Amino acid sequence: MTELIEEYQLLAAFWMTIKLTAYSAVISLVLGTILAIMRVSPVRIFEWVGTTYVTLLRNTPLTLIVLFCSLGLWGQLGIELASRESDTFIVDNGFRLAVLGLSVYHAAFVCEALRSGVNTIPLGQAEAARSIGLTFSQSMTQVILPQAFRGAITPLGNVLIALTKNTTVVAAIGVAETAYRMKAIAEFEPALLMLGFAVVALGFVILTLPMGMLTSYLSARLAVKR
Amino acid sequence: MKRNPFRLMAVLAAGALILSACGSDDGGDDDGGTTAEAGGGGDGLKIGIKFDQPGLGLKDGDNYVGMDVDVARAVAEKMGYSEDDIEFVESPSAQRETMLQAGQVDMIFATYSITDSRKESVQFAGPYFVAGQDLLVAQDSDIAGPDDLDGKILCSVTGSTSAENVKEEVPGVQLQEYGTYSECVEQLANGTIDAVTTDDVILAGFAAQDAFAGKLKVVGAPFSEELYGVGLNQEDDRCEEVNEALTALWEDGTMDQIIEDNVGAAGYTPNPETNPAEAGGHCA
Repeated sequence: MTELIEEYQLLAAFWMTIKLTAYSAVISLVLGTILAIMRVSPVRIFEWVGTTYVTLLRNTPLTLIVLFCSLGLWGQLGIELASRESDTFIVDNGFRLAVLGLSVYHAAFVCEALRSGVNTIPLGQAEAARSIGLTFSQSMTQVILPQAFRGAITPLGNVLIALTKNTTVVAAIGVAETAYRMKAIAEFEPALLMLGFAVVALGFVILTLPMGMLTSYLSARLAVKR
Repeated sequence: MKRNPFRLMAVLAAGALILSACGSDDGGDDDGGTTAEAGGGGDGLKIGIKFDQPGLGLKDGDNYVGMDVDVARAVAEKMGYSEDDIEFVESPSAQRETMLQAGQVDMIFATYSITDSRKESVQFAGPYFVAGQDLLVAQDSDIAGPDDLDGKILCSVTGSTSAENVKEEVPGVQLQEYGTYSECVEQLANGTIDAVTTDDVILAGFAAQDAFAGKLKVVGAPFSEELYGVGLNQEDDRCEEVNEALTALWEDGTMDQIIEDNVGAAGYTPNPETNPAEAGGHCA
């Protein structure tokens, strides 16, 4: 098993999975929060944009989005996220396009998770915030969002776990993460394929189990007691 | 001792997979089994081909087109099968040995390179064609061989040996990988990448597609030899018969015609040093 891990650089592959997850988690959290604010905002056009984004992205297969980032954005439109002169242009460009694809896709889910958090807050609080003279952005940042995040920890944790596992999709555009290495094992060491499956499955359990436990712990601890 | 639980798990998982494979394919299996036992009778021949390889084996609506398909038809005809007896089945690269061993197909014509490790599980008739690893580039490109690739972007499919070979020879090349060659060729056609590498005849198949007419060319400096054979179950006694049919195809010019029809449109000609291929010597 150790030879398998070394020969196919499975540790590097898992590190890549972690990096993809971390970057995409941060970007999708920011983007998702903006979208959630748009969806609950009183401005109709913002609400409409947020709803359209979520409906479109949530219902599009991730493979399609990731492939579009590579073949469409990079191939057809010539958008490059790394310097072409760089020695690691392909690796960097592929990684960043992958993060972009993962982020825009999961932002839709983050938005919905946050919106469910917003819905846990009694309507009276928003009305009270506005009636004492807070602006929309003040009531959002001071009253609604802090509670919404705390109420949305469980669904956000679910999105994070799904994101971790969904990073395997970016093997389709040649990012050297876990699924990509597994393809190599299937090609060159078919006899060890099942062992490879087991190692990768175990690796993902090691990655996602603490996330699930942390989610449960935090949601119990930080829940808004009403 | 530490590995034992994993082995057990692996065996169990493998067993489950095999069982489920048997279950779902029951109907098809029966047919295949009887055909293999009946030998050269007049009752059907299941041939494994690629369904997604333009110029070689492509499913186009209800029709099958390509070089491998035409060779398969010609061989079957020489062996006394009629057009109606042939049934084409998809045989993806990773499943070819398994399909032959399980009797799901009788023969495989699917850019199937003869290698020693494969000969341990199946036998090969042929080769009927000798391909070589080559580069596909834009029509106006000045890349003439692997040596010109330094600092360029090369594309191949994930986990393929061909790309790794080039990378070892030319460390300065950057490798983009996709799931299929179509995606590589698409990126080449719009100028995002500089070259695609795999067997020359596969590249010629892509270059010959209408969508890429006049845009792409095969460099024509093959730097490896891939012997395309006809995969057969090791128990099959028709191997020499297939060899005779293949030799006859080259002798009467059918083979040249098949190559011209399917992959000739982009100006591709097979490597004259290695073709016509000498069929024989790889039967079990």
